[in-house]
Amino acid sequence: MSKAEILGNIRHGLKRGEATQEQKQAVLNRINKHARNIVPQRAQLPHEEQVALFIAMATEAAAEIYQMDSINEVPQICANWLKAHNISSLITASDASILALDWSSVSDELSCEQRVAQVGDAASLTSSFAGIAETGTLMLHSGATSPTTLNFLPDNHFVILKRSDIVGPYEDAWQKLRDKTQGDLPRTVNMITGPSRSADIEQKLQMGAHGPKDLIILLIND
Amino acid sequence: MEIHSPEFKEKSRIALHDVNLQKALSNLKAGFPVKRSIAVARMPEFEQLRDEGTALKNHILENLDIYLEQFEANVIKNGGHVHWCRTPEDACKKILDICKEVDAKTVTKGKSMVSEEINLNDYLEKNGVEPIETDLGEYILQLRGDHPSHIIAPAIHLNLEDVSEIFHEKHKRPKSSDPAVLMQEAREMLREKFAGADVGITGANFLVAETGSTIIVTNEGNGDLTQTLPKTHIVVTSIEKVVPTLEDMTLFLRLLARSATGQEFTVYNTLSTGPRRTGDQDGPENFHVVLVDNGRSEMVGTEFQDMLRCIRCSACMNHCPVYGAVGGHSYGWVYPGPMGSVLTPQMIGIEQAALLPNASTFCGKCESVCPVRIPLPKLMRHWREDEFSKHLSPKAVRWGIGGWAFFAKRPALYRLLSTSSNLFLRLMAGKKGRIKKIPMAGGWTDWRDMPAPSGKTFMSQYKSRKQS
Repeated sequence: MSKAEILGNIRHGLKRGEATQEQKQAVLNRINKHARNIVPQRAQLPHEEQVALFIAMATEAAAEIYQMDSINEVPQICANWLKAHNISSLITASDASILALDWSSVSDELSCEQRVAQVGDAASLTSSFAGIAETGTLMLHSGATSPTTLNFLPDNHFVILKRSDIVGPYEDAWQKLRDKTQGDLPRTVNMITGPSRSADIEQKLQMGAHGPKDLIILLIND
Repeated sequence: MEIHSPEFKEKSRIALHDVNLQKALSNLKAGFPVKRSIAVARMPEFEQLRDEGTALKNHILENLDIYLEQFEANVIKNGGHVHWCRTPEDACKKILDICKEVDAKTVTKGKSMVSEEINLNDYLEKNGVEPIETDLGEYILQLRGDHPSHIIAPAIHLNLEDVSEIFHEKHKRPKSSDPAVLMQEAREMLREKFAGADVGITGANFLVAETGSTIIVTNEGNGDLTQTLPKTHIVVTSIEKVVPTLEDMTLFLRLLARSATGQEFTVYNTLSTGPRRTGDQDGPENFHVVLVDNGRSEMVGTEFQDMLRCIRCSACMNHCPVYGAVGGHSYGWVYPGPMGSVLTPQMIGIEQAALLPNASTFCGKCESVCPVRIPLPKLMRHWREDEFSKHLSPKAVRWGIGGWAFFAKRPALYRLLSTSSNLFLRLMAGKKGRIKKIPMAGGWTDWRDMPAPSGKTFMSQYKSRKQS
């Protein structure tokens, strides 16, 4: 009932009846082209400069970045950071690269568990799908091995980002995601730029509103 | 929200003398406009992005029915549901039905102006479902029994002391005047609420036809917890928010954060596509999109169609001298500032909202910062014409405009009158050139002296220059 009325009003305003097959096809064609609008010059760079821009923009957005030559360094870096913050447990995602990590050298100071996040969790570790240089933004998505709650509930969020997964503009990340999923988006796609914040009290920016208070990017120079 | 728009004048008078409100509003003026101009300067393509955004919105509106049906088809394909609601009542009822289906006791809410527009919280409360606002600003307002005065900074009318007092009263904790401590308190208070809610309701900044996705843009992360933890996620949104593709959404995201808060990008931009997938360990099991019309479809094809381009960034109100002086509550309904002065008459009727499109000097600042170039002054003028043609304006105004029109259509008479009244005003002003009081026009002289007209009239200057 409502649907017919709403569409009827719109068509009345457009001075036509239901769209013709040609009109519908034109819209579908436009959608299927995935045409890009203006992509800012800032994001169109050689890969080395994309990485530098990503680091600069993410840092500006108050993310912490640690660079390392091998993903095998992740456990030690997490353990050091968590120890300095008096935290002894870490909840992790369960994708292949995280499952392959060897935590035995830090097992005295840190307990790791793979599960969804719960209220009270102090820290989480996930992988990211892409890094977008334009604004220092991480792209993560949900899936069987990457629960979304890990990105939001814990107080501190570690994210592994491979240097080779850094792209210039957002558009490159969308295309990468389409290629991976054949166009069927996962339930949730998160674009994350720095830790949680709010300026709702007197317009004064405070960090750590409801999401993670610290966002720590572990950049692997692969 | 109750309608108080007919009281605009009275509310403005009070607002102008409210010391605390004026202090709070000064935070706005020193904040958003400055940050926006810095962000715009860092994006050399910004004007081109505005042009593309404007053209794209126009294209969408010309094909709005097709894009909406495409969006609906893709939501369904991904296992979600779409509910079309023509009126606020339809939307509230539908949302309550969904809540009842899952036997919901509490509902967490991300920030949504459409939910304010349909007065959702009152409706849910009356029907035994407890809504819990989770955006920090909205949470503060809910504790106070207050309403947003700004579309992205809802508690902009409050000062630190107000927040400090209400938290002390409601949280029963020692009083603090440290914003960081207060925010931490809200975080702790809401943690269990997020986890315990049966339904999460968010708005949407855009709807993507290509994928059937909805997207929310937030800095706090409250929207994400709201839509990830409960078993049911309801998106309450409106029909003009649909865009064709992820690339098109990206264009608007580039415009939105810079125009709104002056950020390069908002912290969390989150796409939701259907319910959780097989194998997913978290996420909602049910996904509903409630598409609200509330008068929007009737704007298509009219002189107000341009308003449907609005992406709710708030730049117009952030730069508006009237909003900056009287604050959002003076406007008396959900949407304040220039965009509200165009939308409100459409949604609650010009009869109740006639004062709003008149509350503008047409300085044009709003139009100059609008990311999708909505001609806001022109649209407010259309409402003034509508008000006049419906005989809604007061007699004095009608007679005044009628009298002016009589002379304006008779140039010789007009010139005679303007020359003689100039002379008269100059005589009144005396040697000092300032007039202390004009009978029946106290508005011009009550607060300051009016300077007498000086020099020759426009027409006599025009004539003499043409001759020379």
